[in-house]
Amino acid sequence: MSAVLNPDLYAGDFRRLENSLPGRDAPWLGRLRRDALAWFLDRGLPGPRDEAWKYTDVKPLAKHGLRPAPTPEGAGTLGEASLRPHLMGDAYRLVFIDGRLDAALSEVGQTPRGVTVSALAPALDERPDALEGVLGRHAAPDANGFAALNTALFADGAYVRIGRGVELDRPIHLVYLSTGAGGEDGTTAHVRNVIVAESGSRAVLIESYGAGGEAAAYASNVITEVVVEDNAQLEHYKLQREAERAFHVAGLHIHQGRDSRYTGHNVAIGSRLARNDLHAVLDAEGAQCHLNGLNLTHGRQHVDNHLVVDHRRPHGTSRQWYKGVLDGRSRTVFSGRVVVAPDAQHTDAEQRNNNLLLSEHAEADSRPQLEIYADDVKCSHGATVGQLDDDALFYLRSRAIDAELARNLLVYAFASDILERMGLRPVHDQLQEQITGRLLGARSLEEVL
Amino acid sequence: MLNIKNLHASVDGAEILRGIDLEIGAGEVHAIMGPNGSGKSTLANVIAGRDGYEITAGEVRYDGHDLSSLSPEERAREGLFLAFQYPVEIPGVSNVYLLKAAVNALRKHRGEPELDAMDFLALVKDKMKLVEMKEELIYRAVNEGFSGGEKKRNEILQMAVLEPRLAILDETDSGLDIDALKIVADGVNSLRSPERSFIVVTHYQRLLNYIVPDYVHVLANGRIVKSGGRELAQELEERGYAWLEPGAGAAQANTGGASS
Repeated sequence: MSAVLNPDLYAGDFRRLENSLPGRDAPWLGRLRRDALAWFLDRGLPGPRDEAWKYTDVKPLAKHGLRPAPTPEGAGTLGEASLRPHLMGDAYRLVFIDGRLDAALSEVGQTPRGVTVSALAPALDERPDALEGVLGRHAAPDANGFAALNTALFADGAYVRIGRGVELDRPIHLVYLSTGAGGEDGTTAHVRNVIVAESGSRAVLIESYGAGGEAAAYASNVITEVVVEDNAQLEHYKLQREAERAFHVAGLHIHQGRDSRYTGHNVAIGSRLARNDLHAVLDAEGAQCHLNGLNLTHGRQHVDNHLVVDHRRPHGTSRQWYKGVLDGRSRTVFSGRVVVAPDAQHTDAEQRNNNLLLSEHAEADSRPQLEIYADDVKCSHGATVGQLDDDALFYLRSRAIDAELARNLLVYAFASDILERMGLRPVHDQLQEQITGRLLGARSLEEVL
Repeated sequence: MLNIKNLHASVDGAEILRGIDLEIGAGEVHAIMGPNGSGKSTLANVIAGRDGYEITAGEVRYDGHDLSSLSPEERAREGLFLAFQYPVEIPGVSNVYLLKAAVNALRKHRGEPELDAMDFLALVKDKMKLVEMKEELIYRAVNEGFSGGEKKRNEILQMAVLEPRLAILDETDSGLDIDALKIVADGVNSLRSPERSFIVVTHYQRLLNYIVPDYVHVLANGRIVKSGGRELAQELEERGYAWLEPGAGAAQANTGGASS
């Protein structure tokens, strides 16, 4: 336990909220929560000696405390204006404010037969059996202190189930907004999502994270469990644009069946400190897992992506393509690990992490790792950290293009292949706008694009 | 149009140009020849304003203005163009974006309205005929995956679209087969006019069979060691550069007499 954490506070939070937390009538969940709490009270947050947290100092998070809102009603409310910048066209939409469903801002309407798009809390209250065996199965509560605290205290999140063979007609959009209400550091939304794509189904899922105002301080502590059953396909976007004083910690646990395909697009633009733990298990033959990532950081932002892809069966394919553009004194960490089990012959795995430093004070740490226990595999990895190419810059300027626009064009060009892989047009366009908006002289770039 | 007086320039602290004098009038084509390392490309890059190419003495005046105070983009807007020896590949930026950004930067500088998409495409397609370039190439990323010949044609296309007043071709012939060389030369010749001047930097005389210069200058060890008419290129082809190399010391002083 870190010195700054006081176990009594969390035990008190749990006692106070326990009876209002969803699923209190399901004994299995009660046990899960109490065990997770006990683990957290014993072990606390990870420390600097923990190899997986070597490059990310958790002290600011420990200092923040990650305390939930003191009452079941939550901390604050937001209006439609706060939602608008996140809207993504026609979608089945759930909106959570400070981690709790806002029914007025949500718009799900009629879903096709066999499809559930709902908040997790009522699902746990009404039919907890449907979630037993999924919730807590893929995300181990004892993975780390954040996962444990989330398991003990989560109040809501999304429950999505795409029935067998259904090709969903519209994307599902999950929007998480924080108000920053509830004290100087705001409160913490402990969000839990359960996503199941049943066999043969196809769906697109978008998660957007943001705040009511840029000055808001708060934390998001999210655990998402994703099951992609045999022959199912899920395209999953995560757009993290938290306020720049906020913390964002997320665990994403993916379990894949035979010939399933999971494509993830993980974009981090906001927050002062963000940590993503992504763990994909390719647990049957022929599973494909494509993980794209893009970080745009400036100021003193810190973004840590920690990825593990577990190839357990033969003929699996995985790609990790992560890029970062770093300005100011920002810092990013990419730790990508591919594990190929003895049984996972004919695995095809590739990891690439490329970083562009726009400032001499920015720092990118890259640790691609392969752990191969099978002998007939194709695995490669590579990492680069570089600056803008002076030759390319001069080439553009010699064509009458001013230095600022030339730099922006090159930055945009660096990030563009990650963007181009995003098949969903509204996401692509919104991000393009975000990126050009983040770059200086964005106006001139828009004229060209 | 361009007046270079006693130009000394260094790259990374090493002096490469050691006193160049050159005058180029409107409509003239000057060839700069010389052995490897003589400073030909350095001269081209100094005129274009590349970072790291430092003028240590002398001056370069363009229309009477000191060029050293202008950024590369300002020089381009004033009508200077450098066709690169090694055109840069820029993944993620399409050729058509680059051309549009360049054209509109020039038009803005001249106080003209930006071209709309239709007029711009019509202009580009028209100029592509000059260099026999496949239309699909303008939608591809700048020079990415282009063959050597396609890259050089792309340089000439950019030149044709931007219509400079002074174009510097830096070893545009290097790496071209004879067919590509002819296409590139034809493209350049079609742009010759009484208002437009060219500096053609080349190692070989071959290009000058197709782009016939008004003047030929031989650069060696950072100085122009010999100037003459187009026939000088032919003489260099036959005799090589060795007779002009400094270090042959006395030879340098005497060759003028010997060859005339």
